[in-house]
Amino acid sequence: MTTEQVNPAPRHDNQDPALFGQTPSQTVGPFFHYGLPWKGGADLVGQSEMGARPELFPEEHYVLNLSPPRGAVSGEVITLEGVVYDADGKPIPDAMIEIWQANAAGRYASPDDNRAEIPLDEGFVGFGRASTDETGLYRFKTVRPGAVPGPGNSLQAPHIAVGVFGRGLIKRLVTRVYFEDASQNAEDPILALVPAERRDTLIARKVGGVWRFDIVLQGERETVFFDV
Amino acid sequence: MTLILPYAREDAGQPPSLFPGYASTVARSPRQPLVKIPHTLTETTGPAGQWENLMGSSLADLTAQHKGTPQGQRIVVSGRVLDENGRPVPNTVMEIWQANAAGRYIHKKDQWDAPLDPNFTGAGRVVTDSEGRYQYVTIRPGAYPWGNHHNAWRPSHIHLSLLGPAFASRIVTQMYFPDDPLIEIDPIANAVPMPYRDRMVSRFDIETTKPNWALGYLFDVVLRGRDATPTEDDHHDD
Repeated sequence: MTTEQVNPAPRHDNQDPALFGQTPSQTVGPFFHYGLPWKGGADLVGQSEMGARPELFPEEHYVLNLSPPRGAVSGEVITLEGVVYDADGKPIPDAMIEIWQANAAGRYASPDDNRAEIPLDEGFVGFGRASTDETGLYRFKTVRPGAVPGPGNSLQAPHIAVGVFGRGLIKRLVTRVYFEDASQNAEDPILALVPAERRDTLIARKVGGVWRFDIVLQGERETVFFDV
Repeated sequence: MTLILPYAREDAGQPPSLFPGYASTVARSPRQPLVKIPHTLTETTGPAGQWENLMGSSLADLTAQHKGTPQGQRIVVSGRVLDENGRPVPNTVMEIWQANAAGRYIHKKDQWDAPLDPNFTGAGRVVTDSEGRYQYVTIRPGAYPWGNHHNAWRPSHIHLSLLGPAFASRIVTQMYFPDDPLIEIDPIANAVPMPYRDRMVSRFDIETTKPNWALGYLFDVVLRGRDATPTEDDHHDD
């Protein structure tokens, strides 16, 4: 004879229907490097290994695959980089940056962008992930995005959506990169929502052939972060 | 004119960016108010379904990545990824990382005096099926001390990262274990007010427990969902 094993009495936890709702955000902590950023994750157009920091754990524990090689991508290839700073102006060596963007033609590689008249690039997803190095620097290689539709009949200036994670960040901070020489910036419906004196924290500047976008989490010249 | 189906905003269970009990938040959280923006195509799209193109195939057994068997209590974690309207989120990736059974990360900057396990990395990745279900095998991570305050210990937890269908649905969280007394005194967990904190506590489950093999835990992840009513962003001012 066997006795049927039964579950313990229900409790207040993840499975309680009365608590059903959005899973709360928690920090990535300082030790995410062997689990999240993968080799090639910060190179949206090529086959380089940018994005990971394999020196932070033994080689035999790199279990994440290298990005498979991708096809040709149209548009202007750019480097986007910057330093992430804390309130004391100190660079943050354990932050992680994610980007999401349209291709050069202004189309998102997403089932929710169904504008079939605008071409997709077979080799371009538009999502990237980079970890900051010991000097707080992150770097992406990508293409300069095209303009995309905004609310109503408006057009959004070319931009890259950015998510910031790290030790001490309980939830993602969201910002955007715009390009200093883009004529559409003046008409951009999102930039228009930002107080004029803070708008330039969202503008990347071309320095020595590289687009520079520092991210200041707090203090003087604090980057504008969005409630999305 | 583009049809935009906006996502719901944060609900009351999301933590603030500044939570002084978690000391690192003090210098790493903004002081200026966030600028609220409408959801545009940028926020309602995402690389859904493209993870294998980006990162390669799934790694659902964290106990089988090396020559030997890792030390510790073997567990099977399963559940569903849903949106807050209760709809399953299929074909979405969950990334997983954690400490070993002794509470030590494989990371070189984790230097506390607990043993590393050569047979355990603690990184994995699963993709949900058509009903939003996932399952992975791992070992129960240990608690570990950290420098936040005197005698601070993190409760056992597994880090989880999900993108969901859109930029707006992105979430990184931590799964905790039932009956862990450290949760109640952990500043990171406590950044989430009650009762919402309990959304991060998994449930022991005899049904998914494998006889003579592994304990089963259930954990559903709930992502932001679309607002109930789609808004067509037609302009009416001309």
